[in-house]
Amino acid sequence: MPRFLAGLLAAGGLVWSTGAWAVEISISCSSLGKEYEICKQGVDAWAKKTGNTVKIVSTPNSATERLALYQQLLAAGASDVDVFQIDVVWTGLLGSHLQDLTAKVQGAIDDHLPTMVETSRVGGKLMAMPWFADAGLLYYRQDLLDKYKRPVPQTWSDLTETARLVQEGERKEGRGDFWGFVWQGRAYEGLTTNAVEWVSSYNGGAIVDEKGEITIDNPKAAEALKAAAGWVGTITPEGVLNYTEEESRGVFQAGNALFMRNWPYAWALAQGADSTIKDKVGIAPLPKGGQDGRHAGTLGGQLLAVSKYSKNTDTAADLVMYLTGPEEQKRRGIQGSFNPTIVSLYGDNDIARANPFIGDLVDVFTNAVARPATVTGDNYNKVSTEFFNTVHQVLSKRAEPAQALSRLDRDLKRIKRSGW
Amino acid sequence: MKILARIGFWLLVLMIAMFSLFPFYYAVISSFRSGTELFSVAYLPERFDLVNYLAVFQRQPFGRNILNSIAVAGSVVALSLALGITAAYAFGRISFRGRSLLLFTILGVSMFPQVAVLSGMFELIRSFGLYNTIPGLILANLMLTMPFTIWVLTTFMRELPKEIEEAAFVDGATPWIVVRRVFLPLMAPAAVTTGLLAFIVSWNEFLFALTFTLTNEQRTVPPAIALMTGSTAYELPWGAIMAASVIVTLPIIALVLVFQRRIVAGITAGAVKG
Amino acid sequence: MSDAVAGRITPASARRRRSSLSRSRVRAAWLFIAPPLIVLGLVAGWPLARTIWFSFTDANLNNLREYEFIGFENYLANYDGEWLGLLTDPDWWRSVWNTVWFALVSVSIETVLGMLVALILNAAFPGRGIMRAIILIPWAIPTVVSAKMWNWMLHDQFGVINDMLLRIGLISAPITWTASPDTALWTVVMVDVWKTTPFIALLILAALQMLPQDIYEAARVDGIHPIRVFFRVTLPLIRPALLVAVIFRALDALRVFDLIYVLTANSRDTMSMSVYARQQLVDFQEVGLGSAASTLIFLIIALLVVVTMTVGRLRFGEDAR
Repeated sequence: MPRFLAGLLAAGGLVWSTGAWAVEISISCSSLGKEYEICKQGVDAWAKKTGNTVKIVSTPNSATERLALYQQLLAAGASDVDVFQIDVVWTGLLGSHLQDLTAKVQGAIDDHLPTMVETSRVGGKLMAMPWFADAGLLYYRQDLLDKYKRPVPQTWSDLTETARLVQEGERKEGRGDFWGFVWQGRAYEGLTTNAVEWVSSYNGGAIVDEKGEITIDNPKAAEALKAAAGWVGTITPEGVLNYTEEESRGVFQAGNALFMRNWPYAWALAQGADSTIKDKVGIAPLPKGGQDGRHAGTLGGQLLAVSKYSKNTDTAADLVMYLTGPEEQKRRGIQGSFNPTIVSLYGDNDIARANPFIGDLVDVFTNAVARPATVTGDNYNKVSTEFFNTVHQVLSKRAEPAQALSRLDRDLKRIKRSGW
Repeated sequence: MKILARIGFWLLVLMIAMFSLFPFYYAVISSFRSGTELFSVAYLPERFDLVNYLAVFQRQPFGRNILNSIAVAGSVVALSLALGITAAYAFGRISFRGRSLLLFTILGVSMFPQVAVLSGMFELIRSFGLYNTIPGLILANLMLTMPFTIWVLTTFMRELPKEIEEAAFVDGATPWIVVRRVFLPLMAPAAVTTGLLAFIVSWNEFLFALTFTLTNEQRTVPPAIALMTGSTAYELPWGAIMAASVIVTLPIIALVLVFQRRIVAGITAGAVKG
Repeated sequence: MSDAVAGRITPASARRRRSSLSRSRVRAAWLFIAPPLIVLGLVAGWPLARTIWFSFTDANLNNLREYEFIGFENYLANYDGEWLGLLTDPDWWRSVWNTVWFALVSVSIETVLGMLVALILNAAFPGRGIMRAIILIPWAIPTVVSAKMWNWMLHDQFGVINDMLLRIGLISAPITWTASPDTALWTVVMVDVWKTTPFIALLILAALQMLPQDIYEAARVDGIHPIRVFFRVTLPLIRPALLVAVIFRALDALRVFDLIYVLTANSRDTMSMSVYARQQLVDFQEVGLGSAASTLIFLIIALLVVVTMTVGRLRFGEDAR
């Protein structure tokens, strides 16, 4: 019924707005569930306001499949989709098919998190608008930390020690399948995000620096990887080498792990009515590499971009501006716990009431590490693939960190050749 | 001794059934569960909760998706068999120059990885104006099923005794009549089997179906299932996916039960003696 | 029967009749194979030709309109004394080896198992209709779903397979099925066997069903042992059908993609040729290199098929029959 009403209203709007420039825009946002509902409400509101109609196109849940579909559509110059929801690491990759939004956006971009804005630019031009932010977080079991009288770990060595202690204690009490720390170790993009967190928390950089220099072959990075490889089989199950987000949440939410690295989405689920660990969970920034290290969560999140092949680029850009604007981001923050990219919204009382931990997140997002997607552009996927394969080898103890990294350095230089 | 053999036989049947069925059984159990429950092991259903089944149909036009799949797979099978049987007769019963080469060329079509032909096929479908339509999917799927159908039917055709058609030809029948009156009935088990296998290939096809459709209403079942998401980006709606898998397996089971008589009710010894 | 026919008409008129008959039959043959050839040419011709053409260019997914012909550089090229290209990439050769190993092991197991299942289904016993449906279930569940399902069941911590084996006492600690490089490929083989044995079983069953029953009657009357009958009579008779089933299964196994992709993603330890090609084509946007990989896959598969057909003595030559 609401959909019918909205359709009626949109049709009415079509008649009113002189017909000539009322157009249909199609947007790809998440296909189902809460995310879809919230996206739908947002675009309907815009449609009502402007008299245009909006069609939502469902895309695959898996990021790799979604990217493949986008590339297929864009490579063929198809005008079927006007507005794309893209991952923060895709801007460089898809940039040549996207509409430059610099002139359209102008000053409005300064309100957004600088880290998110950086991921939206290609060669100084704004090719997308930040929509919502994500970053890696440490989830911990408050009840178990209390039981063993341990604080929330500040460094990775604290975490290792606490995890070992609690794991031993719990196993003595007969919980043979209890583990200290779970994360994402499968050979996929997720491992890159995890490993970038370790490396940069040790001040080992983020594979490639802003100038495009390859920085990964350094002792700090080797130290970070060595520490991580030490977890596998001791505080972390070996199976983690094939875990994605949901597999690690499975272990944690069943109450079988003390710590977990995951995105903010896991919070609402861990606090769900049927969760075995409801009200026993806390979140914190990921630990530092050492006393002189830093808290580093890898930046995730989604952007909205306009296809160059759209027949209505200007109207499509209007829709993007509306959806990424403060009003809509606030609504999304309250109703769907999507973390805003507009900095001032983190001080907003309504959002804080709906998401008590949002105040802590602003620091995490501000200090989040971006993967080197913008600087490596077209080659980002190659860099990331080389990186996660190297890390995967170190983790499964088939390579020594230092040698593996110098090999990686050589391979990356070959990819780079004269420039990215 | 005889009893032992009987017991052994049934044990074997039981083991094969278990091996085939267990994952499906586990899917059925999982489809009744939700949330955190899914992260634990269960061997027996704890309750009979249809909430996931309802969700499958409420959250997307899943009934429409099933109909699309039936339309695509049905048309693909009909076309493949119609073109396949006549071609198989030509390849299997008539010797002409270039036969082996042609057969091998047809087989060659099945030697390219699907992902390699994807973008060429995408262009083709768009240029025919068949993007986001059911006929587009039918056309694309023909590429997957035709080589297989032609080859299997040709093989079976060749195995039939030579005398079968000679009588008919002497009586002045045209090749077309020979195919229809003589070979079609004899080929029933092979045709039903190949048709069934081709149906499932097309029913399960994912990559083309995902790439060549854009709207939920035009999608077939596999992309529809793959597109199911939880309430947030990383969450997997496991219960709903399992429920959907159970639903889409049922038509196939029904199909097998309907056609299984034809799989075995093939030629009897008398039919070949002539 | 042909003797009876020859008896009715004179040799000369028979020859005349046969040659005109054979000419009209050849015409009919071309008429019959034209439609499928046209359809296949239409559907497959352009995409395949395009792939081969792109393998000689530096095309990139970002801009498919502008590219240059670069000869064999995607395959093998020498830049400043350094050999580059697909043929020098250790990851490519690794994926070739993985795929061939996978195809060999899984298809062998599937053939033996499929034969067993087909023989059982060919026997008359109560409930065999139900059994036939049960057998087909693994093949009927879409791979995208069943691969994810197995991933879940094989989870080292909360997966049902480990739980079951632990309860029976077959293992003492959970096995990390898909995570450990030692077990990952075997795990993929196991899931593949589960999924595709029905395919071979059903084709063999159809072949068994088309065998003339009188041979078996005769064998039974003569008191020949069933195992001997199987190897001496059944196997030779169903060989062509068996071989075609094996070839098509091998074609699929050599192009294996979604199973490996869902179970172990882009891990180098289990990467197949198709996963490699997809990575180049889609993830890395290198349409040229990816097409070159696809073309090589085609050549490798063609070679293996020719070898299989020669070894299996499957012929469709003009002289046969």
